[in-house]
Amino acid sequence: MDFNSQLFVQYLIIGIASGALISLIALGYTLVYGIVELINFAHGEVFMMGAFAALTLVAATGVTGDSSAGAIIGVIALALLGAMVFSALLNFGIDRIAYRRLRNAPRLAPLIAAIGFSFILQNIGIYWHGSNPITPPSIIPAEYRAYNILNEWFDLETRIRLRPLDLAVLAVTIPLLVGLTWFVYRTRTGKAMRATAQDREAAALMGIDVNRTIATAFLLGGALAGAAGMIALYYNNAARFQMGFRYGLFAFTAAVLGGIGNLAGSVIGGLCIGIVWAMSDGFMKEYVPAWGAQWTPAVIFGVLVLVMIFRPSGLLGEQTVDKV
Amino acid sequence: MAKEWIGDLIAQLHTQKIDRREFARRAAALGLSAGLIGQALRASGASAQDASPMASPGASPMASPGASPAAGGTIGRTDVPHITDTGQGVIRFYSSWPMIATSEQIGGDSREAVRLALEDFGNAAGGFALEYEALDDAIASTGNWDAGKEAENANLAVNDPDAMVYIGTYNSGAAAISIPILNAVPMAMISPANTAAGLTQAVEGVTEEGEPEKYYPTGKRNYMRPTVADNLQGGAQANWAIENGYESAYVLHDNELYGKGVATAFQLYYEQLGGEVLGFEGYQRDAPDYQALATSIADRAPALVAIGAIVNNNPGKLVQDLRSVMSADDVQILAPDGCFNAAFIESTGDSGEGIYLTFGGVPPAYLESEVGKDWLARISERIGHEPDAYATYAYEAAVIAIQAIDQVQVKDRTAILDAMFATQGFNGLSGTYSFTETGDPDRPSIFLGQITEGRVERVAFITPPAS
Repeated sequence: MDFNSQLFVQYLIIGIASGALISLIALGYTLVYGIVELINFAHGEVFMMGAFAALTLVAATGVTGDSSAGAIIGVIALALLGAMVFSALLNFGIDRIAYRRLRNAPRLAPLIAAIGFSFILQNIGIYWHGSNPITPPSIIPAEYRAYNILNEWFDLETRIRLRPLDLAVLAVTIPLLVGLTWFVYRTRTGKAMRATAQDREAAALMGIDVNRTIATAFLLGGALAGAAGMIALYYNNAARFQMGFRYGLFAFTAAVLGGIGNLAGSVIGGLCIGIVWAMSDGFMKEYVPAWGAQWTPAVIFGVLVLVMIFRPSGLLGEQTVDKV
Repeated sequence: MAKEWIGDLIAQLHTQKIDRREFARRAAALGLSAGLIGQALRASGASAQDASPMASPGASPMASPGASPAAGGTIGRTDVPHITDTGQGVIRFYSSWPMIATSEQIGGDSREAVRLALEDFGNAAGGFALEYEALDDAIASTGNWDAGKEAENANLAVNDPDAMVYIGTYNSGAAAISIPILNAVPMAMISPANTAAGLTQAVEGVTEEGEPEKYYPTGKRNYMRPTVADNLQGGAQANWAIENGYESAYVLHDNELYGKGVATAFQLYYEQLGGEVLGFEGYQRDAPDYQALATSIADRAPALVAIGAIVNNNPGKLVQDLRSVMSADDVQILAPDGCFNAAFIESTGDSGEGIYLTFGGVPPAYLESEVGKDWLARISERIGHEPDAYATYAYEAAVIAIQAIDQVQVKDRTAILDAMFATQGFNGLSGTYSFTETGDPDRPSIFLGQITEGRVERVAFITPPAS
């Protein structure tokens, strides 16, 4: 069978957009793991709560797709910011209430606490927005929902779809990633984070307030999860109390795949998973007739197993100096 | 008592026995404890109210022997006199289906339908007072039925000496767990909603190897259902698709016993009738989106996408993504009874318009008999909305069990089971039917509807291919 380049590009676009979202969540896992070596299993739920906060904010404003462009952009910015602040404070609160008290406890204790918080947040989610899937208020004007940028802007005669939403995901994700990298590598607090990650006791001896630095990591991770929640809400046009589970699992896998504790690794891991996901859901069956979407999780975790066997520290895991 | 404690705390603060911080801490702890105790008390009160009212002897027996107790007409078997005396003790019915998350309304409606059936018969039958306990087989972390919970429910019923009938389940996969547990007793199990063919019969190409014998380890049948099995539903879907000129189809399923079963039946009959299946695959039920999958289907340009899934497994989002790449002019979407509910229509947003839905029975809005219309009015008033489609069959299932007890007049699981299995000429809400030796109803008619302005409108009653 001939290689269908148009379809390939289409799946690549879908994969990169989903992957960017996964990367944002994966960064939260990696930031926290890098600094306290805790796999924060509640992180997926912090992401879900971000989506719910955005949902509440958008619904409260009453803005719809028919409102003025200014109002729509305003409410998107407000919801994005609101979700980031909400999730950041939530993540910070979880650390303050539970993880901080367990800082010197055996590793299993904070891990179990994280799983516990994950269930608590799911139940708060049910209480907040019910248990059915929710379609968010439609703030994207009707004419842009099926809009193809390649046809409309570039007059290209192609079946490849590039929607404004795909671009929007990247337009939010890339600046956040760049901003985070700048923060970690170019600011004093970032330096303190890297120092704490390398040796907590030595950092404390150097006068770094370790608890504050760790709290900053939780705030940053939460903010990124909140942003991802808002984006996922409109990218998927759906939210549900369980949405954090699958995204969380993929993001955690992305973080491990890229090398947990490594910022760039998380991004690469996220993009890898997004692309593998899209290819397995769609492209594979062009060549393997018996292929189906049901194999996708097996492929993603299969890739993870292979990477773990041949590169146990992940794709970029050897750059331990950059560990955050 | 809480007031005394808080007074004591304030006094301690005033006398400086404790500082403000300690006061705040203790007050918060006190508030939390009081709240929790209040919650617990409320919950126990609610569950006491939830328990089915037991008909006390002599309390307004609704019907005289020989007449049907249901208002507005005769229901069930007219040859079985109803006995309202309750002097012989208690018989308990258990039901088991999901009642949380997406299934909150679906399961809740069926529970109320069973309660209504019991009330219609004065909570009594065959000399026994009838009690009813509605169990939930879903777990909060997934919002879906759970094999462990279903096994727990079935074992609970088996170990209750008063339990004679198990009404359930909603999900065919759950039935596959509980049928063998109840079979060992044996206890009668009647499902208002299971449609997987393999639970009762072997159909080549549709059911799995060893079905249905593997569910009945003792060899005696203890499971029946008033709804039509999926081999007939899938066959009727395929027949309708071919007759209406949909010559190519893409088949998707949710990887569950029910979803995959109905999809397999559709595929089998569709190909037999000359249709071309462009793809048959399972989708991930908890995937956040299906864009890549939808794109790959659009690339093959089928005339029809047939989905085999229950509403809990994300078919609403699947439909949204399918519609984002294929308009209603390009492709029709067909879904089975697992999506025949308000929750599915809501979850599709405005992408649901025009979707065809099938149902192995008669939906409440299309009940034609007097007894059916009367029941619809009464249940709608009781629950405050039009009931879910399977509530009709939950009511019928309860009536079948009640009349079996009226017939045998003994508290004996096997005797009640045999009487239920022997039900013939049952005048149900949705029509008259008998049970075959496999426990299936002897009516092959399937309802076909289409989502129009957020409601399912009747298109036709369809039937499977003749051969």
